[in-house]
Amino acid sequence: MADVSLRKVVKRYDEVEAVRGIDLDIADHEFVVLVGPSGCGKSTTLRMIAGLEDISDGDIMIGGDVVNDVPPKDRDIAMVFQNYALYPHMTVAENMSFGLRLKHYPKAEIKSRVTEAARMLDITDLIDRKPKQLSGGQRQRVAMGRAIVRNPKVFLFDEPLSNLDAKLRVQMRIEIKKVHQKVRTTTVYVTHDQVEAMTLADRVVVMNHGRIEQIGTPNELYHKPATKFVASFIGSPAMNFVPCRLEDAAGKLNVRLTDRLAFTLPPARAARYQALSRTDKLLLGIRPEHVMEARPHAEPGVEPFDAMLDVTEPMGMETLVYFTLEGSQVCGRVSPNAGAQDGSPLRLAVDLNNMHLLNEVTGAVL
Amino acid sequence: MSTMTIDKSGPTRKVKYGSMSRDRTWALRWSYFFLTLFAIFSLTPPFYMLITSLKGSAEISAATNPWWVHQPTLENYVQLLTSNQFLRFFWNSAWVSIIVVTVTMLISVPAAFALARMKFWGSATLATGVFLTYLIPDSLLFIPLFKMFAVFGDLTGIQLVNRWYVLLFIYPTLTVPFCTWIMIGYFASIPKELDEAAIIDGASWFQTLTRIFIPVALPGLIAATIFAFTVSWAQFLYPLVFTTSTDQLVLPVGIITTLIKGDVFNWGQIMTGALLGAAPPLIIYAFLMDYYIAGLTAGATKG
Repeated sequence: MADVSLRKVVKRYDEVEAVRGIDLDIADHEFVVLVGPSGCGKSTTLRMIAGLEDISDGDIMIGGDVVNDVPPKDRDIAMVFQNYALYPHMTVAENMSFGLRLKHYPKAEIKSRVTEAARMLDITDLIDRKPKQLSGGQRQRVAMGRAIVRNPKVFLFDEPLSNLDAKLRVQMRIEIKKVHQKVRTTTVYVTHDQVEAMTLADRVVVMNHGRIEQIGTPNELYHKPATKFVASFIGSPAMNFVPCRLEDAAGKLNVRLTDRLAFTLPPARAARYQALSRTDKLLLGIRPEHVMEARPHAEPGVEPFDAMLDVTEPMGMETLVYFTLEGSQVCGRVSPNAGAQDGSPLRLAVDLNNMHLLNEVTGAVL
Repeated sequence: MSTMTIDKSGPTRKVKYGSMSRDRTWALRWSYFFLTLFAIFSLTPPFYMLITSLKGSAEISAATNPWWVHQPTLENYVQLLTSNQFLRFFWNSAWVSIIVVTVTMLISVPAAFALARMKFWGSATLATGVFLTYLIPDSLLFIPLFKMFAVFGDLTGIQLVNRWYVLLFIYPTLTVPFCTWIMIGYFASIPKELDEAAIIDGASWFQTLTRIFIPVALPGLIAATIFAFTVSWAQFLYPLVFTTSTDQLVLPVGIITTLIKGDVFNWGQIMTGALLGAAPPLIIYAFLMDYYIAGLTAGATKG
C-alpha cells in the first residue's frame, strides 16, 4: 500500500489540454473520489495514474517513487473498468488469477487468494462460470475480485457503477465501501455521480475543465463550497442562486433580491460581508433545505416571505416546491403537511444562517 | 360536461391483423425461392462431376442421358488413387497449403495485432496499404515475379523456378494481406479495455496477443485460416506459370496438364480428380463452420 501524489500534472492531446496542471496528494489507505462533468479530465487523470496515458508534464508518484516512465504492469496498481473488461474466454477463477499466473505465483497461493476474494465478494458459487453467464452486478464483482487478489498498492476505479441499474448501483456502492473497509488499499475512484462521490469518499476532488475546483471531505464540499461550480455540482436538488446586492439599512446589512424583497442578514453573516462593495453584482446561494415553510415563531436569521408556487413535487417524506425570484427558479423543501399546491401562494422562510454569497462574475464564494 | 362531436363520415380503414407475420411469411417464401435457385445453380456442376466420375470412358462418349449412370464403375477412382503421379500432385498441394497457411498466420496475426492496437507512426496508412496490395490482380504480378525469381536464380545459383516450394514464397503475397485485413477487423472489435486490463494485470504485448486476443478472436482466426487454405489449395495461375515438371505440379495444374493429352480429354479422370481435389476444403469447412459463425466475445463487456 502506498500514497499517491500528483505534481503539476498536464495532459495535452495535440492542441487541447485535457488536464491543466493538477496537484493532488492521496494518503495511504485513503479513498479519494474524482468527480466532475464529462470531459473534465477526471478519467484522463486516473488513466495517467494507471500508466495507460503518458503525462505531458509534471510528476506522478506512487509510494514516493516517480512513476512517469514506469509501465503499468510495474506500477503495482489494479484497475476496475466501467464495462468490466473481463476476459470472455476465461472462467471467473481464471479471470481473477490471470495477473497472479502471469507473475508465476505458486498454485496454492493463487487458489487461497482467489477463494478469499470470492468469499469477500460473495461470488464463490460463480467461480467456474464464464463472464457471459453472469449478470451485470456479478461481472462487476468479478472485476473487483480481479483487482483484490493482486493485493496492489493502489486500486483505481473508472466509473465502475455507471453500467448498472439504479438499485444495483446503490447496493454495489455499499459493497465497494465494505471492501475498502476490509482491505484498506489506497483507492482512487472516478465518477460523474456526485451522490456516489459523497457516499464513498474520504475526500472528494471536484474537477472542471481540466482543473481541480476544490478538494475536501464530502461535508466540507457541501457546506463550504469554494466556487459556484462546486456549490451547484454537489447536492441534489442543486443549490439555488438568486441575483442580489447588499445594502445598508438602519445600521443593519440587508441582502436585496428584488425591489420589494430584501432580507436582513444575521449578525454573524453581516460581520462577514460588511467589507464587500454595495454595488457588486452578487448571487445569493441557498440550498433547498434552507428554504422551508414559515414557522409561527420567529427564529434568528430565518426570514419569512410569500411565494407564488409554480410547481410542486411531492416526494413522500417532503415536498419540493419551485417558484421564481427575479427570473431565477428557486427550489425549496417543505413538509408534506404544509399545504403546497401548484399555482398557489405559500408563506415560506429562508434560513440565512446557512446562506452563501457569491461573486456573480468570478463565481467565487465570498 | 363538454360536448364533443365526432366526425363519422370519414373513410373507414380496414384493420389488418397480423400483417407483420404475413410480411414475414412472404419474405420467407421469397428467401426460400431464391435460396433453392442458387442451391441448384451452384450444385449442378459438382453433381455433373460426380455422375461423370462414376462412368466408364465408353459410356461418357456414348450418346446416353448425361445425367444418369447406366453402368456405375469406380475405375476412375481406382486408377487415380493408385497412380503415383496423382498422389504426388496431391501431396505437393497438401504441403504447399499447410506451409502457406502456417506462414500466413505467423505473419498476419502479429501484424494485425500491431496495426490494430500498437498505435505507432503511420500504422493507419500501413493498414490501408496492406489491403491495397491485395487488390492488385495476380495476373498482373506473375510476369515480374517470374522475372524476379529467374534473376535471383542467375545471381545466387539457387534455382526456385520449377520447384514446388517456389509457391511458398508466392502464395503469401495473396494470403498475408487479406488475412491481416480480416484479423485487423476482428482485433479492432475487441474492446480496448480488455488489453488495458491485461496490461495492468502484468501481461506483455506478446502475452496480451497470445493469451487474450488470439483466444477471443478465434472465429476470425479460423475464418482467416480457411481463406488462406482455400486460396493456396485452389490457386491455378501461379503454379501453371512457375512449375512445369510433372513431379513439381500441384493438384489443379496437374489434373489439367496430365489428363488432357493434345485434344484427348480423359473426362472421367478429370472429373474424379477435381472431385477428390475439392474434398479437403469441403471437409475443413464442414468441421470449422460452427466456429466460423460463433461469436466468442459475448460477455467480455456490458452487452
